[in-house]
Amino acid sequence: MAPILEINNLFKNYGSVEILKDINISIEKGDFLVLVGPSGCGKSTLLNCIAGLEPITSGQMNIGGDDMTFVSPKDRDIAMVFQSYALYPTMTVAKNITFGMKVRGVEQDVQDRKLAEVAKQLQMENLLNRKPGQLSGGQRQRVAMGRALVRDPKLFLFDEPLSNLDAKLRVEMRTEIKALHQRLGASMVYVTHDQIEAMTLATKIVVMKGGVIQQMGTPAEIYNTPANLFVADFMGSPAMNLVPAKTSKGADGTHVEIARNGGEPIVLTDAKNRDLPEDVIVGVRPEDIADADARGGEAAQVAECTIDIVEPAGADTYAVMQLGGKHVTARLHAETNAAAGVSQRLAFDLSKVSYFDPETGLRLN
Amino acid sequence: MADTSFTPAGSGINWGKIALRWMLYVMLGLFALFYLMPLFVMVTTSIKSLEEIRTGDLISLPREVTFDAWRTAWSGACTGIQCEGVRPYFWNSVLIAIPGVALSTLIGAMNGYVVAQWRFRGANLIFSLMLFGCFIPFQVVLLPMARVLGIMGMAGTIPGLIFVHVIYGLGFTTLFFRNYYVSISPELTKAAKVDGAGFFRIFWSIFLPLSLPIIVVTVIWQFTQIWNDFLFGVSFSQAGTQPVTVALNNIVNSTTGVKEYNVDMAAAIIAALPTLLVYVIAGKYFVRGLTAGSVKG
Ligand SMILES: Nc1ncnc2c1ncn2[C@@H]1O[C@H](COP(=O)(O)OP(=O)(O)O)[C@@H](O)[C@H]1O
Ligand SMILES: [Mg+2]
Repeated sequence: MAPILEINNLFKNYGSVEILKDINISIEKGDFLVLVGPSGCGKSTLLNCIAGLEPITSGQMNIGGDDMTFVSPKDRDIAMVFQSYALYPTMTVAKNITFGMKVRGVEQDVQDRKLAEVAKQLQMENLLNRKPGQLSGGQRQRVAMGRALVRDPKLFLFDEPLSNLDAKLRVEMRTEIKALHQRLGASMVYVTHDQIEAMTLATKIVVMKGGVIQQMGTPAEIYNTPANLFVADFMGSPAMNLVPAKTSKGADGTHVEIARNGGEPIVLTDAKNRDLPEDVIVGVRPEDIADADARGGEAAQVAECTIDIVEPAGADTYAVMQLGGKHVTARLHAETNAAAGVSQRLAFDLSKVSYFDPETGLRLN
Repeated sequence: MADTSFTPAGSGINWGKIALRWMLYVMLGLFALFYLMPLFVMVTTSIKSLEEIRTGDLISLPREVTFDAWRTAWSGACTGIQCEGVRPYFWNSVLIAIPGVALSTLIGAMNGYVVAQWRFRGANLIFSLMLFGCFIPFQVVLLPMARVLGIMGMAGTIPGLIFVHVIYGLGFTTLFFRNYYVSISPELTKAAKVDGAGFFRIFWSIFLPLSLPIIVVTVIWQFTQIWNDFLFGVSFSQAGTQPVTVALNNIVNSTTGVKEYNVDMAAAIIAALPTLLVYVIAGKYFVRGLTAGSVKG
């Protein structure tokens, strides 16, 4: 079957400024694609291009197998949820939800039935006669979702729909959107600058920076094998530890040597034989540095490190130290006895280690 | 600058502050009196007889109230050779002002909507040029406009005057609506586009309904401008189509016979009443529109 959304060599300029550069994306029916990247990297612009709200400078786009490059938004069979919700202020919730159907001349009884369905689905039957001004942020968000759902489109587009909610509500709605996606089996493109949202919701993630796609893949691929230093640093919280190191080949695998403040360098052994340049940036997730005594399987190698800062976070405790001239975070057990200024035995697990070229920032393994 | 009367004294009631407040009230009262004085003189003079005006005092209350002057002003005063009062001219003004206000407000709303929400190429330039139109003195355009009206066959007609007022109102009405619509998130238009609505549908169903406060502001402004206009009225009208301002001028300047101050005053009040009325009625809606707080989604 044809991909539900296919973007080929899309470029977008505002005047002489290139905002999007050579975007290629393809997703299948039922995919939940998340576009993630820092503010101003062109995510909203790309979403607007997909919706047809912004003309593209060059390139081509299919939705549901049909060429939609020059088709107006109303004929693309899409629905969109905006960051500001963009509810029609003078219309009641019911009118907001049915406006699209009314414009398209859908019969009244069909409108009523669909409205009732969506209202039930989103549990807002009691809000239908209110105006947007009388709703809380979460309720407005719900109405905006309802307005999209009622259309039953080929493709849903979301532009940071949760960024105006408070933290607790944001997590709740995130779960709800995920449930909705699973229930409907709908195809969605979702924009966020929040990498946790991206990881939790996506079946496929596109990481963007400066209008260029940095990496596209499943959340696991993005997390475990980031394509470059930017992705490695951007995805994951706390961020991946990225430390300059020297590598050399040994009989038992690859030796990784990391400088240590006022002491012998740490030498770790990566069991795999790799072809690496001598100078690399080595990337280790905080969860791959643990207490040597509490955790640590056979892949782990133990080294003594002096802890600078201890940050308890409830379920875990993060310990920050200096390695290779960088702050390195380890994820320790909640009941760890690590203390600031005290040396601690830590277990390093290199089975998921990443290596990057210090010059280009590209992944080496 | 330190003002000791504002710092609360330790002993409870702050007499300095209260005195200041009262001084403020007295001053405001004096100002109000000062501004109301002419109106007072106009009203009292208009209900005095000519005899009383001649013998009496300008600011004294009438000894005997008579509405004869009002009757004359409305339907009998001479504006030259005709003596029909301001009535026919009053209706001329109504016929000019109502379509003039309605059209310039509607077109201004549409212009503002286009400039603020459909940022086409050159939108800013066009808007700047329209703004420029606000600051062209009317005298400058009298001759070209007379020529245009002549070419269009509308010279001396009421539609011609409506046309002139609509054209010269557009700069301001566009400015008002543009500034109002520019603060509305462009995502609203985008959402409506995705919903399938087109240019006019979005304007009628979404933007116009949320514009009540700015419509009221524009209507007050335009009505005052058009109703009180004298220059265009005197330049582009002829015998049967003059607005009330021109008629008032003619009545006051008629040189035949004695000067009927009471009739002049009554005619002036009649000519000013509609604008007063618009302020009283629409002003209330204006405040209501501002405080309803339902504009922001
Ligand atoms: N209408 C516009 N005209 C010119 N530049 C724009 C316009 N809209 C967005 N941009 C620029 O495009 C870049 C990407 O914007 P946007 O897509 O909104 O970023 P994001 O949604 O990722 O935060 C920004 O640098 C922004 O300044
Ligand atoms: Mg954005």
